[in-house]
Amino acid sequence: MSEYILEMNNITKEFPGVKALSNVNFKVKKGEIHALVGENGAGKSTLMKVLSGIYPAGTYDGEIVFKGQVQRMSGIKDSERIGIAIIYQELALVKQMSIAENIFLGNEIIKKGFIDYDETYKRTAEILKEVHLDLNPATKVLNLGVGQQQLVEIAKAISKNADLLILDEPSAALTERETENLLEILRTLKAKGVTCIYISHKLNEIFEISDTITVLRDGKTVGTIPTSEMNEDKLIAMMVGREMSERFPRKEHTPKEVVLEVKNWTVHNPEIPEKEIIKNVSFEVRKGEILGIAGLMGAGRTELVMSLFGAYGTGVKGEIYLNGKKLNIKKPKDAIKAGIAYVSEDRKKYGLVLGQDIKTNTSLASLDRLVNNGIVNDNEIVRQTNKYVEDLNIKTPSIEQKANNLSGGNQQKVVLSKWLMTEPKVLILDEPTRGIDVGAKYEIYNIMNDLVDQGVCIIMISSELPEVLGMSDRILIMHEGEINGEIDYKEATQEKVMYYATGGK
Amino acid sequence: MGETVINKNNLPVETVKRSLKVNIRQFSMIIALLAIWFIFQILTRGVFISARNLSNLFLQSAAVGIAASGVVLVMVAGHIDLSIGSVVGFTGAVAAVCLVNYNMSVGTALIITLIVGLIIGIWHGFWIAYRGVPAFIVTLASMLMFRGAIIGITGSKSISPNNAAFKAIGQGYLPKLNEALNFHDATALLGIVFIIAYIILELKTRKKRQKYGFKVLSNSLFLAKLIGMSIVIAAVFSIMVLYRGIPYAVLLLIAVVIIFTIISTKTAFGRYVYAIGGNREAARLSGIDIKKTNMTIFVLMGLLSTIAGIVYTSRLNAAIVAAGQNFEMDCIAAAIIGGTSTLGGEGTIPGAIIGALVMASLDNGMSLMNLGSFEQYLVKGLVLLVAVWFDIATRKKAA
Repeated sequence: MSEYILEMNNITKEFPGVKALSNVNFKVKKGEIHALVGENGAGKSTLMKVLSGIYPAGTYDGEIVFKGQVQRMSGIKDSERIGIAIIYQELALVKQMSIAENIFLGNEIIKKGFIDYDETYKRTAEILKEVHLDLNPATKVLNLGVGQQQLVEIAKAISKNADLLILDEPSAALTERETENLLEILRTLKAKGVTCIYISHKLNEIFEISDTITVLRDGKTVGTIPTSEMNEDKLIAMMVGREMSERFPRKEHTPKEVVLEVKNWTVHNPEIPEKEIIKNVSFEVRKGEILGIAGLMGAGRTELVMSLFGAYGTGVKGEIYLNGKKLNIKKPKDAIKAGIAYVSEDRKKYGLVLGQDIKTNTSLASLDRLVNNGIVNDNEIVRQTNKYVEDLNIKTPSIEQKANNLSGGNQQKVVLSKWLMTEPKVLILDEPTRGIDVGAKYEIYNIMNDLVDQGVCIIMISSELPEVLGMSDRILIMHEGEINGEIDYKEATQEKVMYYATGGK
Repeated sequence: MGETVINKNNLPVETVKRSLKVNIRQFSMIIALLAIWFIFQILTRGVFISARNLSNLFLQSAAVGIAASGVVLVMVAGHIDLSIGSVVGFTGAVAAVCLVNYNMSVGTALIITLIVGLIIGIWHGFWIAYRGVPAFIVTLASMLMFRGAIIGITGSKSISPNNAAFKAIGQGYLPKLNEALNFHDATALLGIVFIIAYIILELKTRKKRQKYGFKVLSNSLFLAKLIGMSIVIAAVFSIMVLYRGIPYAVLLLIAVVIIFTIISTKTAFGRYVYAIGGNREAARLSGIDIKKTNMTIFVLMGLLSTIAGIVYTSRLNAAIVAAGQNFEMDCIAAAIIGGTSTLGGEGTIPGAIIGALVMASLDNGMSLMNLGSFEQYLVKGLVLLVAVWFDIATRKKAA
């Protein structure tokens, strides 16, 4: 038998219009902790979904060899049966059920047709000991913290006697101490012969725990190297090393006076009020510039801007000044009134009322100003909407078209129109080009440049490094709720940004 | 060769087609209503479509129609109101008690009743909007509580106000101007006023749109629309002109429909209601105050339930313990048959009125045929089921 417990050979997975994985080779030795790293969107999660059977055999090309046998899995049940357990970024526990019930969900211990609770609790207590959790097995999951829930997930995987454990960003929601505990448990498991695939953005953890590192980039394997032969610079270069192409209409802006100033901004996670998700952040944005905010998933970028917009967080502390005037923003309406607009990262979930037409969507945030004697001025809405349809080149047969029926790029332009209609001074764009095609992306970049010329200042969050480098005048890099670096675009390289984003000082 | 490019969108046939497509739901409901009338006309051997019966039909649907207008707002925002029946019974009892036990004037009694309705609306709004209790639970609780409250204030007795002015609200007709005439002149006059008001409104809208430089319907098509709508208004009024004139309750219904159609389509509040029902998160991030909007919805619903309660009690000329039982189901069914989505985000008030007329027509027609409660409940239930299924099926096809 070979030294590899898992071999994924020439895996290619295509989605309509996108090649998510192309000829990926990924081999994991028995009993090692193997780190899988790469930028957002490099294909890590897709590869793991192929491995766990979420994308069943037949929907991808290539072969999976596990324990020396070619596996064709048609669902997650199959991968569990052969000993693969995956723990997702989003926790998959039933919160209303107890720890014991969750651990044995789908594998209930049955005696004479009924669940044997005595045995279930006994076995659960044993497993919880292994993950250093001192809890009553009958405790409901909703009473646990995120870190403890993560450990219950791991306990669940152990209960299935998995030989291969996959952890997808396990430490994203954990505190430092919880992370240490997690790494300790992984070492114990390793000593027992369990193999582990560890996906993480945090390079220090990777160097601390892993034996081997595989780097993915743009859906391809860049290389697999023993951790002992690796260093941070080398790893970052492997992660980002792609050529920059002319995909961005770079325009020289001349930033003028400071428009928005944020001082000592601290935000707590509303679900875990004791956890600081934004820690004492201060920055400023000038008139006529694009400020890019880079960072890895979970760094707190969206939480930062949403809290500035009055739409996120508890225990928010700090000060915001707009044109020197202190703002008191309690809810989105206050922010809109002050002249701040926020285009969210998920247009379908947070941006559009999909069942309503274009003109209803574009007017939604400015209705207050479009009312005469209590009656909405529909003619004015039609006039302004028509103007944006023309200015932003929204392709639609009429402004009575439902948002549902538009392409991603046109939907994004409708959301943009909605916020431009509020005549903002500060426009916050969260992943402005996510999931839209190259042509529409270029158009959105041009719109951004035009707005900056008109004196709007733009804050842009993006997970695509080329976009951050290509469009921003200045780049803030966030890491674990803090601003870990600031670079002018002229000095910025992908390596530098990645260095700060992974916690480099 | 001519250089003129014909824009297909401007051809009259295309314009009509487009407008039909957009309003297909409304048109299919009107056609269904007319079909039901036609079937009953045959089954009742010509009794159904008579001035007398149709006048009664409108009167019968007035209370349900008034409350259903509020149900549209409630359901569009993604809520439900199960308490309407009990609130109708309770507010009716309040009015009756004020008139009989305290000898108040009709005006004072009505004002007190409306204030009670307002407080009930605020009570619902408080729990739903500011305490986050689902509307289903809050109004289910009210359904029980107000049923009990009726027993409390009436002492389980039937109270008959027997007050001419109060009775007129639910049973009375607009008086004739000239008693000698053999048709109802006041109603005819009102119909003409309505038609003139409609035409003036259309002309004004057209002028405004032209001022903005928008395309408007061609002259001939615009004229056809004016004439068509005027005929519809004239037809509805002439039914009542030929019988005893327009009932006060129907006038009240027309007023409620006009006011609430304006609220739901022409005010910022109305847009917020649809946005909250369509995508709550998008609405929140667009700066909409969801709590305040929900509060307002239930305050309006409380007022409309109360108006419906007054009409209902006046028509019955009695406040009884069982008053308004299952009334909320008729209102919800009317709204749903009229195109209101049970998931929120969609629905119109004119649609709900058509829905109320459909339900009332089924009641009325089957009563004329001497069918019992057994058949009536069976048919009404099936019609609700089939109407919603038809809606889902046609939507899937369109998507």
